[in-house]
Amino acid sequence: MKHTISALVENKSGVLARIAGLFSARGFNIDSLAVGETQDAAISRMTIVVRGDDAVLEQVCKQLNKLVDVIKVQDFAGKDFVDRELILLKVSTDGKTRHEVLQIVEIFRAKIIDIKAKSMTIEATGSDSKVDAIIDMLKPFGIKELARTGKIAIARG
Amino acid sequence: MKGAEILIESFRKEKVDVVFGYPGGSVLDIFDIIYKSGLRFILTRHEQGAAHAADGYARATGKTGVCIATSGPGATNLVTGIATAYMDSVPMVAITGQVPTRMIGNDAFQEADITGITRPITKHNYLVKDIDELPRILKEAFYIANTGRPGPVLVDIPKDIQNASTDNKYPDSVEMRGYKPNYEGHIQQIKKAAEMIMAAQRPVIYAGGGVIISNGSEELTKLAGKAGIPVTTTLLGLGSFPSTDDLSLGMLGMHGTKYANLAVQDTDLLIAVGARFDDRVTGKVSEFAPHAKVIHIDIDPTSIRKNVNVDIPVVGDVKKVLAELIKNIKKCDTQPWLKKIAGWKKEYPLSYGKGGLKPQFVIEKIYELTRGDAIITTEVGQNQMWAAQFYKYTRPRTFLSSGGLGTMGYGLPAAMGAQAGCPGKLVFDIAGDGSIQMNIQELTTCVLNKLPVKIIILNNGCLGMVRQWQELFYGGRYSSTILNSKGPDGEKGITFCEENKCHPYLPDFIKLAGAFGAEGVRISKDSEVIPALKKAIESDKTYIIECIVDPEENVFPMVPAGASLNEMIESMA
Ligand SMILES: Cc1ncc(C[n+]2csc(CCOP(=O)(O)OP(=O)(O)O)c2C)c(N)n1
Repeated sequence: MKHTISALVENKSGVLARIAGLFSARGFNIDSLAVGETQDAAISRMTIVVRGDDAVLEQVCKQLNKLVDVIKVQDFAGKDFVDRELILLKVSTDGKTRHEVLQIVEIFRAKIIDIKAKSMTIEATGSDSKVDAIIDMLKPFGIKELARTGKIAIARG
Repeated sequence: MKGAEILIESFRKEKVDVVFGYPGGSVLDIFDIIYKSGLRFILTRHEQGAAHAADGYARATGKTGVCIATSGPGATNLVTGIATAYMDSVPMVAITGQVPTRMIGNDAFQEADITGITRPITKHNYLVKDIDELPRILKEAFYIANTGRPGPVLVDIPKDIQNASTDNKYPDSVEMRGYKPNYEGHIQQIKKAAEMIMAAQRPVIYAGGGVIISNGSEELTKLAGKAGIPVTTTLLGLGSFPSTDDLSLGMLGMHGTKYANLAVQDTDLLIAVGARFDDRVTGKVSEFAPHAKVIHIDIDPTSIRKNVNVDIPVVGDVKKVLAELIKNIKKCDTQPWLKKIAGWKKEYPLSYGKGGLKPQFVIEKIYELTRGDAIITTEVGQNQMWAAQFYKYTRPRTFLSSGGLGTMGYGLPAAMGAQAGCPGKLVFDIAGDGSIQMNIQELTTCVLNKLPVKIIILNNGCLGMVRQWQELFYGGRYSSTILNSKGPDGEKGITFCEENKCHPYLPDFIKLAGAFGAEGVRISKDSEVIPALKKAIESDKTYIIECIVDPEENVFPMVPAGASLNEMIESMA
C-alpha cells in the first residue's frame, strides 16, 4: 500500500541521509521525497511517499520517531490530508498545436511560464491524479522535459 | 578554550576515568592535551580493540565507555566495535579525528566519511563543523549514549576544530526537541499487566539484557519470588536473575535448556522484560509460545510488536516498571506449574558426555573456583554457548558477550576493558582457538597496563560452531573450518615443537603468551584443570590456559535455525 509520511525534522546536515537510510535498509524504494523549511527555519518538513507492507511501515515510522533529529512523524494513511505536487513541463508546439495546448493548460488551471517558437513551458500544481492527467493530455504533443517536485502534504484542520 | 581541551574537559565533567584509543595525524592535538591531562589513557594495539574495550568497560561498570581513533583507517577500524555496541545497546562515545573542514569531501589523505559509514550503527552521530557547537555536542553525545535505550554515539572532530577556540562553556543540561526518553510506564497498563499475571496458571518471565542495562535485577528477582514465576533469560540476560535460584530456567532459545524451551512453549502468559524476541530466541516465530498471552516491558517502543504480537505493552524503564508491578501483585498459586517444571528439570538437565577433556568440564570448574563472582567475557561460537550454559551467573554485569552482532574477537578486548573498569575483579575471557586470533594483539595492552585477564582457550582445532553446522546440515563437509596444523602438506602436519611434546598447532599459544609477556600453560587432562586454574587465579599476570579439548564436542541442546522451540536436537546419537 502507498503511504504518505510527513516528518518534522531539525534543519541540519545528515538528517536526510539518516531518514532515507531507514527506508533503504529495508529495501524500500521511496516514490517521492520533498523537503523544505517550515514557519520555523530551524525545522524542516519532509514528505515521503513510499510503498510497502503496512506492518513494516509502522515499524519504520516508529524508528523515524526514535531518531534524535526527528521531532514528529505522521503517517497520513487513512487520515484526512491535502497534498500537492508542482511540475514544470516543456512541451513541443508549433503554430498548429499551440492553441490546443493552451486550452488544456486552461482547463487544468495551469500556467504558461515560457514560450518559444517550438515549445512551451508549463507550470502545474495539484494532486497526483491531476498532475498525472495533465501529463497524459500533453504527451501526444511531445514532452521534451519534465521536472516534478514530489508530493508535499499537510493534515486538514 | 581550544577544541581539544574542551574534549578533555567533557571527559572530566562526565566522570570518564579511562579512555581507550590509538593516535594518528588527525588527533595529534587531542593526544597532546591528553599527555598533560593526567587522564588514564589505555593505548590498545588496534582500534577495534579500543572500541571493544570501551564496550567491555561499559557493560561491566554501567558507565559510558569512551574510545578515540584518528581519521580514515583509525575510524573505520572502530566500526565493528561500534556495531557490536549498537546491537547490544551499550553506552559508548567514540571520538574520531577528521581532516580539516576545508578539505572534507576532497578525498584528502586519511579521509573517510565516518558519520556516513556509522549512520546505521550508531544511536546518533555528529560531524562538528563549528567550534562554538563543540561543548553542546559533547554534552549531548554523552547524554544520548547513556539515556533511554543506550547506544554508541560518534563525534567526528576535524583537525582545525580541535585547534580552534571558543568561549562557550560546557553546558550542564541538554535541550533536544526530538529526544525525550520516557522512563515511566503507563500506570493503567501496569495495573492491567498485574491482573493478567495474577490470573495466569502457567506464567513465565523472559528476561533480556534490558534488565541489566536498567539495573533492574533486584526488582526482577523480587517480582519472580513474590509471584512465584519461573524466569528464563536470553544470552544477554544472563546474570539478571540468579541461575542458582529454584525459579531459574537458565537460558532459552537456540542453545537454551530444554526445560526453558518446554516451559515457553507451554506457558499461558509470557512476561517479556527488556528483551526483544531475537530470532535466536524465538526460533520459528509463528510457533513461539503458541498458547501465551504476552506482556512486553521495554523502554524502546520500536521493540514492541516488532516480531510478535503483544497483548499488554508497557513502554518504560524496566526497573521502574517492575517496581510498580511488584506493588500491584500478590502471591499467585503457581505450585502445579512449578512442579511440572521441576519434573522437566530433573528429566532434561544440561549434560555432556565423556572422553577427552570436555570444554563444559573446564567451564564448570571455573564456576566452582569463583562461585559466580568473576566477570566472564566470551568470544563467539561454541565457547560462548558453553560459557552461557555451564557457568552459573548470579549477578548482573558478570557475563559480557556479543549477542546481537556475534563478533568473534570481542572477548579479549572486552575483558581488558572490564578489568580496567573493575580492578579488583577476576576477569576471564572464554575463547575459541579461532576467535582469540582475531584480536590477540591486545595481549600486549593487557600486559603493559597490568590487566591480569585470564584467557581460557578451548582449543578444538577448528571453528567449532561452524563445523557443528557443517556436521549437522552440510553432510560433514568441513569447508575451511579446520584450524589444526594439518596444513597444506596434508596428513603429515606440522611438528614444529615435537621435541617439547607439545600440541602441534599453529600458533603455539603458549609461546605466544611468552612473546607477549604473559604467562601460559597448556593442559589436556581433567586432572590438570583445577591446578592450572588455581595458579592462574593466584597469579597477578595476564594468563593463558590453553585447553586441548575434544575436537568433536558439540553444543546441545540445539534448535535448528527456523525450527520451533519444541524441535530440539539433544545429542548426536
Ligand atoms: C568476525 C566474525 N567472523 C566470522 C564469524 C562466523 N563464526 C561464528 S562462530 C565461528 C567459529 C568460531 O570458532 P572458534 O573461535 O574457534 O570457537 P568455537 O566455536 O570452536 O568454540 C565463526 C567463524 C563471526 N561470528 N564473527
